Amino acid sequence: MKRSLPIAMLLALSLAPAARAANEADYQAAYAAAEAASEEAAGMRNQWTTTVSTLAAAKKAGDGGDFDRAVAAAREAEALAKASIVQATSEKEAWKAMEIR
Amino acid sequence: MKARTSLLLGSLSAALVALALTSPRVIAADKVDPVADAKAFQNFFFQKFPDVKHEDFVNGPYSMNEDMKRQWQEKEEFPPYEFALDAGKEMFSTPFKNGKTYADCFANGGIGIRQNYPYFDTKEGKVVTLELALNRCREANGEAPYSYVKDEMASLTAYMAFTSRGKPMDIRIPDDPRALEAFENGKRYFYTRRGQLNFSCASCHVQSPGERIRAEILAPALGILNAMPIYRSEWSGMGTTSRRFITCNSQTRAVPLEPQADEYRDVEYFLSYVANGLPISGPGARP
Ligand code: HEC
Repeated sequence: MKRSLPIAMLLALSLAPAARAANEADYQAAYAAAEAASEEAAGMRNQWTTTVSTLAAAKKAGDGGDFDRAVAAAREAEALAKASIVQATSEKEAWKAMEIR
Repeated sequence: MKARTSLLLGSLSAALVALALTSPRVIAADKVDPVADAKAFQNFFFQKFPDVKHEDFVNGPYSMNEDMKRQWQEKEEFPPYEFALDAGKEMFSTPFKNGKTYADCFANGGIGIRQNYPYFDTKEGKVVTLELALNRCREANGEAPYSYVKDEMASLTAYMAFTSRGKPMDIRIPDDPRALEAFENGKRYFYTRRGQLNFSCASCHVQSPGERIRAEILAPALGILNAMPIYRSEWSGMGTTSRRFITCNSQTRAVPLEPQADEYRDVEYFLSYVANGLPISGPGARP
């Protein structure tokens, strides 16, 4: 009992956001985060086409009021943008491994 | 005393040896040495494909595949870039509104000079490609620039390449730290992984030349610009160097840069320099 309570709370916490439908504010927040990450990637001149298209899909779903889908797409776009930032950062040195010498 | 001196000397010389062993490597890793880079680049391909004649590397995928080469040689009798050549020649000799022509903008009237592009312009401090020089010529003469990815630009460069066929690529790196930096930036761009597929130019054109990607056979990076611009059946038309770079970026799911972005100019400089000595073969035709 002592141990299962925190676990139940954790479960409840982690399931809670997914259990309720996303609203417009959720979408706005998720979209803003994705947009910021994608702008950072573009600033590093390492944007991925899939970030752009997934962000556009998020916007389209959001404009159409489908916030569940919009939030999911925005989060995916953010993850893609962040991966492209990681890539650009590590390639600053890693490119040398490929060089013909 | 004696023993101590010799011990001292011994450790000193050991230290010197260590220094001698490590320092050249450190320097070699950091110093930009285009001559050594070009040599290593060419040797890599010559050794990887010992049966390919050196001057054949400039024929892109055809150098990698005998069947394809035969089909191509048959095609060369009625080359699909012919219309672009004719158009380019016509455009080249037609005066601008101010009465001048392209010939006025280039050395030797623009004939037989493709092998000198891109060059490093010490005034601007940047690489100038042939496509860029052509648009600057237009603008200097009061004409609107052409799109870098469309037919007019391809026709002009096709004609200029044609008048230079067989001339060995001859790219210079002037004694200017910015020129070395441009070369190094181009090299870095070439080897840097990008796009969701995490590919660099080298992933395809160094590690996999001769292999198939969808229906296409990958061209080797050595001499990869000597045949530009190219006619492609898939494009049902001509493609400029700018267009090819953009297409290659998109294939890895990387958002392409704007045509003639510094990175593209620099990678063109790098790839052309390491192809020094190999003949101009453009315009090319691809299946
Ligand atoms: C996913 C693999 C891939 C990557 C990565 C890639 N390319 Fe390509 N590239 C191709 C394919 C496919 C073709 C068309 C077939 C051919 O000619 O190799 C091509 C053709 C070319 C050509 C024309 C060669 C010819 O003779 O027809 C050039 C030039 C070129 N690529 C440059 C680049 C540069 C520069 C980069 C890096 C910015 C790059 N490529 C990255 C796949 C790739």
